[in-house]
Amino acid sequence: MLNIVNKSPLDRNTLQSCLDANTGGAILLIEDGVFAATRGNAFEAKLKAVQGTFKVYALGPDLDARGFGDRVMDGVTVVDYAGFVDLVAEFKTCQSWL
Amino acid sequence: MTTKKFMFVNRKAPYGTIYALESLEVVLIGAAFEQDVSLAFMDDGVYQLKKGHNTKGIDVKGFERTYGALEDYDVTKLYVDEESLKARGLTADDLCVPVEVMSRAAIGKLMEEQDVLLSF
Amino acid sequence: MGTLEVNGKSVEVDEEGYLVNLNDWDEAIGAELAKTENVNMTEQHWEVVNFLREYYNEFQIAPAVRVLTKAIGKKLGPEKGNSQYLYELFPYGPAKQACKIAGLPKPTGCI
Repeated sequence: MLNIVNKSPLDRNTLQSCLDANTGGAILLIEDGVFAATRGNAFEAKLKAVQGTFKVYALGPDLDARGFGDRVMDGVTVVDYAGFVDLVAEFKTCQSWL
Repeated sequence: MTTKKFMFVNRKAPYGTIYALESLEVVLIGAAFEQDVSLAFMDDGVYQLKKGHNTKGIDVKGFERTYGALEDYDVTKLYVDEESLKARGLTADDLCVPVEVMSRAAIGKLMEEQDVLLSF
Repeated sequence: MGTLEVNGKSVEVDEEGYLVNLNDWDEAIGAELAKTENVNMTEQHWEVVNFLREYYNEFQIAPAVRVLTKAIGKKLGPEKGNSQYLYELFPYGPAKQACKIAGLPKPTGCI
């Protein structure tokens, strides 16, 4: 399934809940969720650790807006809005961890 | 009019929610009253000052450059929590305006000295 | 919402007559906006209007009157950086009127 997370992992526990649910599939980080994918943030190691279970994506325009377009951690694929749509189409179900 | 000490405490990332922009607007409006104003940035609030916002792709007005006008408004006391920066892989060099980086405890002490705290 | 017609070009303005899209602005539209404010544009008026546009480009805001006065004084000299001079040019408020003519949004905290 596709997991969509739009909250910063350093402000809310939504990304942690998503990781704990351990569904596999993909995680798409959008809005303030993209901070999880930035190099050197305190959640980086946790996100790295699940990369065997989840494929991790982050929305490029949201990274750019926050000034982090050039600081994405390894193992995260940056997608644009068309890529967002492709992901939604690719998976049978989608959970938004609001 | 007696001068009071106002501190704006910014704890939210920009763009995901409206808090950062609202805070900045209140700071600019409040500056007309010529009070003793300072801004504290902690937790995700430090993201507000990250250099290089490019909001074209999300079609939202960016406000990074507006922090540069604070000096014209005589708002020059910007305090940034060191622990929050560290937890986000950032240093003062990553920020768009000059700030004073200090410990969370030091910011707490400054908060205690204020007449008015505005929380965002 | 209304429209303003200039040289056959029609641009959108809000209910208070402020330009809706900053990018629609040119000098002809500025002159037309000035007419709606009954301001007779001179070189001194344009100097302030252009200053405001530059300030907006740099900081993405229209400055408050106090800030405008100070910044103009810094750039154009103290004889212009005072509210008497600016109010003579724009009697109903330099920030409000000059911003409107410059095609900028109403200044934040404008009084």
